Amino acid sequence: MLKLQGVSKVFKVGTFGGRTATAVDEVSFEIGRGEVVSLIGESGSGKSTIGKMVLRLIPATAGSITFDGADITKLNRREYYRKVQGVFQDPFSSYNPIFKADRIFSMIKEVYFPGESAQAWREKVAAALQDVRLDPAAVLNKFPHQLSGGQLQRLLIARALLLDIGFLVADEITSMLDASTRIDVLNLLADLKQRGLGVLFITHDLALGNYISERTVVLYQGRIVEYGPTEKVFEAPEHAYTRKLLASVPQLHRKWEGV
Amino acid sequence: MTTTDPVSTTTAPDPGTPPVSVRREALYFAVRNGKLLVGATIVGIFLLVGIIGPFFYDQSPMAYVGQPMLPPSAEYPFGTNTFGQDILAQFVYGVRSTFEVGLLGGGLAAIIGMLVGFVAGYRGGLVDEILNMFTNVVLVIPTLAVLLIINAYLGIRSVAMQALLIGLTSWPWAARAIRAQTFSLRGRDFVDLARLSGVRTGRIILREIAPNMSSYLFMTFILLFGGSILIASSLDFIGLGPTDGVSLGLMLNHANQWSALMLGLWWWFVPPGIGITAIVGALYVANVGLDEVFNPKLREL
Amino acid sequence: MTLSVQDLRVYYRTLRGEVKALDGVSFELADGEILGLAGESGCGKTTLGKSLIRMDGRMKHVGGRVELDGEELPIGDTVKMNPFRFTEVSIIPQYSMSAMNPTRKIGRMVRELLDSRGVTVDTEELHRRLDLVELDRDVLKRYPMELSGGMKQRMVMVISTLLNPSLLIADEITSALDVSTQKAVVTTLKGFRDLGFVKSMIFITHDISLTNQLADTIMVMYAGKLAEKAPSDAVVNRPRHPYTQLLISSLPEVGVRYADKKLTGIPGNPPSLLDPPVGCRFQDRCPLAFDKCREEPPVVEVEKDHYVACWKA
Repeated sequence: MLKLQGVSKVFKVGTFGGRTATAVDEVSFEIGRGEVVSLIGESGSGKSTIGKMVLRLIPATAGSITFDGADITKLNRREYYRKVQGVFQDPFSSYNPIFKADRIFSMIKEVYFPGESAQAWREKVAAALQDVRLDPAAVLNKFPHQLSGGQLQRLLIARALLLDIGFLVADEITSMLDASTRIDVLNLLADLKQRGLGVLFITHDLALGNYISERTVVLYQGRIVEYGPTEKVFEAPEHAYTRKLLASVPQLHRKWEGV
Repeated sequence: MTTTDPVSTTTAPDPGTPPVSVRREALYFAVRNGKLLVGATIVGIFLLVGIIGPFFYDQSPMAYVGQPMLPPSAEYPFGTNTFGQDILAQFVYGVRSTFEVGLLGGGLAAIIGMLVGFVAGYRGGLVDEILNMFTNVVLVIPTLAVLLIINAYLGIRSVAMQALLIGLTSWPWAARAIRAQTFSLRGRDFVDLARLSGVRTGRIILREIAPNMSSYLFMTFILLFGGSILIASSLDFIGLGPTDGVSLGLMLNHANQWSALMLGLWWWFVPPGIGITAIVGALYVANVGLDEVFNPKLREL
Repeated sequence: MTLSVQDLRVYYRTLRGEVKALDGVSFELADGEILGLAGESGCGKTTLGKSLIRMDGRMKHVGGRVELDGEELPIGDTVKMNPFRFTEVSIIPQYSMSAMNPTRKIGRMVRELLDSRGVTVDTEELHRRLDLVELDRDVLKRYPMELSGGMKQRMVMVISTLLNPSLLIADEITSALDVSTQKAVVTTLKGFRDLGFVKSMIFITHDISLTNQLADTIMVMYAGKLAEKAPSDAVVNRPRHPYTQLLISSLPEVGVRYADKKLTGIPGNPPSLLDPPVGCRFQDRCPLAFDKCREEPPVVEVEKDHYVACWKA
């Protein structure tokens, strides 16, 4: 469904772009329908940059990204966002602090469903909230700071569902959440698979990637160092970097060696 | 999640929030905010003095109506100056032209500053580089000297033209400040989310970014407003102001020029001094109040 | 016994009332012990850490007694705490990496900091410790901006332990770091304890898996109270409090997959600390709650060194 081929991103740094920095270097992978692919990397690995390029928030320097066979840069932006959406890391930064949280829904309505009656829209929102297991009375008509991080992230997933999307970019969406709510948001994402959604799950947490994804891409300094079925990457990692990462993950029932 | 600030994590519903639109809600808090009310009231009173004062106090500000240097009395409530002009009449007309030059000059500068600042900060890249360079060029132009030259050569004497010149030259710092603010807001995820909702750039600036800076924009306007009044006063002082009118700045400078302080004519310089201080000060207090109204977090704490 | 905390209560004042961030917590910390303080946002773990050094002016010390090495800490008094800070109790705050003055070279910053405590810099010792955390001695001649996040974090660790404090409080210092850097930081902290730079340590984090790598004892807090405190191994493998049990069972581990074993979180949210419920604070989310939970459960030692505040434990 979504295919990256030789995608690179080079940032210009300094006045008038005197120097360059390569954030993403010739990355290729593919995500099919009903599939979760996790993109694992540490800070500076370029994982979020890839997410932003898929969402067309920044352009790729080289290579192509195609969605259902069509080059995404050639697609009408609004039509593209009807099918491809994103949720970001910081729930509190994802909401305009001076407006109520449910404004993210009315923004969608204004652009994509201008003709819809208020009643029909309310029902649609209620259905989407039910999908993400939120109680409308508890979350509608509230300011972002009156809601918890978990509630805010679910609202963002509900927002994407209003559009009948086929693909979701989830960029570190659980890293700011508490452990007791994190897993539920993760489960929600995994449930989307059953609807035939493709998900790009960007994370630094290997355990989370392992938990929900079919395939795993490990990124190091903008390059793919390992790519394959999740079990294989985690059980028989081939690249030294992947092995080092796996050894550094704090595991509940296993103590680090040499600490 | 790592913040353990109990203030922001306890999320009880706010009982005082009426379930209405944002605008109604801002109004709800606005009419309950003391600072905003006091500030707005003082500005409002001066505005009224400037607008309707001249109709009620039927006295020409330039005419030599009485004896010079009369202290305040029933006939001349603010007394007269060295030339026997009625200071109250000068004051009400002065407040009027002060508002005019402040609103026009400050308003124009604010509009240019916002336009340049928003576009440069939001678009970034080459657009930003070019606009930034333009801003810097205007910034280093010695404004007063240019105004002097233009004024002297073209012989402009009306308040509106004075305001136009002030507006065209005093926007750069505002543009830079707004650019910096826009730049930092632009990096926030909600802007990306608005883009993902298919909202167009102009609307994002207008409806996502600008409202977040509304009190900041208002303060910018206040400072530009005050700045315009001060520049106008300086021009007035060197005889390049509107010759057919008066302003609070002109009164102050006349008082200074004719040694009102040494002669003990306090009624000459105290009213315009209080006028300028009160108008700018009240706007500032109102701005602090406005910040509380627009920022839901400040409301509750 | 390095530290002894008795019935500590710390509230925050807000316009809407007092937030009872820390509401009666007692525990002890032995010489050489590393205590992992775990819990979710708003549970009071950071408040506890900060209150031991009185770092936040909005805090109101409502009650309780804290003793360090047998001497009472004046934690209710900002001024009287001054002689203790940095020399006896030291904290590495959450955002310490960005708290360094950007206009000062690091060496000068260290000198000024020590001057303010009336101590002169033991350059040799400073260098020795920089070597220990594998920082080039040249960092002293550089500005904070020139250091990476991990380097800054190590620098802060060196500075805050330079005077060999009795107690070091590390508040979420790893949450912004990559996994490999996390491991290095934890290793360093453990080394500081082993070398005697600090007598004992409180390591605050939301990540129980990480705490377990370092701490001798783990204390789990919930809504301003102690829920469970026991040796790390007991908390991880034999938790007795329902909250700890649910929390641990909600953690995905490498190897656990959605397709094979679906984990679940804890439904609901923690109670508001403006007006917390009477009795056990976990009762609304607890699957085991019964009538008795409306009374506050006492902290009971269920087995040696294993303390639990639950009627069912």
